[in-house]
Amino acid sequence: MFLLIWEGAALLADIPQLFPTPVAVIVALGQLLVAPGPPGMVWAGELMSNTLISLWRVVVGFALAAVTGVFLGIIIGWWRNARDLLEPVIEILRPIPPLAWIPLAMLWFGLGFKPAVFLIWLGAFFPILLNTVLGMENTPHKLIEVARTLGAGPWQILFKVGVPSAAPSIMVGLRIGIGIGWMCLVAAELTGSNSGLGYMIMYYYSTMEASKTVAGMLMIGIVGYLMFLGLKKLEDNMLFWKTA
Amino acid sequence: MSSQKLVIDSVSKTFLEKKGGKSTVALRDFSLKIGEGEFVCLVGPSGCGKTTLLKLVAGLEHASSGYIYLDGKLVTAPGPERGLVFQDFALFPWRDVTGNVAFGPEVLKVPLAERLRITEHCIDLVGLSGSGHKYPSELSGGMKQRVAIARALANNPEVLLMDEPFGSLDAQTRNLMQKELLRIWQDNQKAVVFVTHSVEEAVYLSNRVVVMTEGPGTVKQIYAVELSYPRSRTDHGFISLREKITGCMAEECR
Repeated sequence: MFLLIWEGAALLADIPQLFPTPVAVIVALGQLLVAPGPPGMVWAGELMSNTLISLWRVVVGFALAAVTGVFLGIIIGWWRNARDLLEPVIEILRPIPPLAWIPLAMLWFGLGFKPAVFLIWLGAFFPILLNTVLGMENTPHKLIEVARTLGAGPWQILFKVGVPSAAPSIMVGLRIGIGIGWMCLVAAELTGSNSGLGYMIMYYYSTMEASKTVAGMLMIGIVGYLMFLGLKKLEDNMLFWKTA
Repeated sequence: MSSQKLVIDSVSKTFLEKKGGKSTVALRDFSLKIGEGEFVCLVGPSGCGKTTLLKLVAGLEHASSGYIYLDGKLVTAPGPERGLVFQDFALFPWRDVTGNVAFGPEVLKVPLAERLRITEHCIDLVGLSGSGHKYPSELSGGMKQRVAIARALANNPEVLLMDEPFGSLDAQTRNLMQKELLRIWQDNQKAVVFVTHSVEEAVYLSNRVVVMTEGPGTVKQIYAVELSYPRSRTDHGFISLREKITGCMAEECR
């Protein structure tokens, strides 16, 4: 239904270079799939090579954000002193949109892989951090008391009670983080890159091939959705005890 | 006295309120001696400091004054020789039954083979054989409380502290759990300190019933229950003692 309305509207508008029909988008997808990739990745085709480049950036940036965000989140959420010390800094940095860091990222890291990874890290870091902190702080007091009466020491309580108790909240943070990271990636590639899906849609904007731009957008949507699904699946597997 | 397992010696506990610096006296000058293998119930109106007392014995709170000794050793911190069972079970939801019961031996670094043996034994003891792989969300209230008891027993504690453990169970399950608890207690002969607001439960279970005064909590009266196990709730002696203790408590509430 949606596709039909789109097709009709696009045909009526009759400006294919600005408003492509779904059929044109599918054709464009096919063309991008078979078009050779950039040097070094010719085999993958244009679409898949750019997707892989983008994915790799997200994987690296997200992994960094997950490690740093969870690590710091555990510390801040568990020890009051750490929180008093670090919270003001975080609360000031947090409202700055990741996109506002793009100029600085380009100054520091130039073009391509590094600034993109930096921006993804930045975008994913805060939701992961905040949800980890929240999860740690909400560790039921009673469970800590039980662990103490059973003979657990402070570190055992942290790792055997605090962290597992925060796990659902951490997973929520990771899920939000990867979504924001993916958006930041595309934004970073639009400006600070010469490869990746973001760059690709920008490139076809400059050549006025809207069908290929839309094809790229579609790919961004699909990959984002798949990552979300993957993480959701991981979450369900890890946290089966919640709903079992 | 060597037969005294747990000695609570004129313990007081005052809580400072965070706002306004007001203080609440939860316990005042509370003294009680509990013998080896003795089952003692604490009853009293809500807010009389029963739970506070258990937390002090468990080492989760520190007494404002007075001392608590277990086997002649001063209690200063939580320890595996004092097992605590909460009313709302407080199971680790991410661990299955086996994992919950194994928690104590695990943090005490008991070797794996031994840990498995203990865990299995305790699960059997509370009648949950075959449910070891179930998660708390799959268990009924009665089963959860069995797990909580097995978890406390896995450390082989010298004394078992129970804070209204059957308070949230339905009447039928509660009666069943009382029987089971007596069986477990008679099997391993550990001292039990059991907090409840049900006089009937106290008379059914314990060797002695300690009636506490309304906050600040002190010992009002101690009743020895000289009925043989298993007890009948309709027995004449049972009823008359129950009425006597209920009357004593009612005075307190006036």
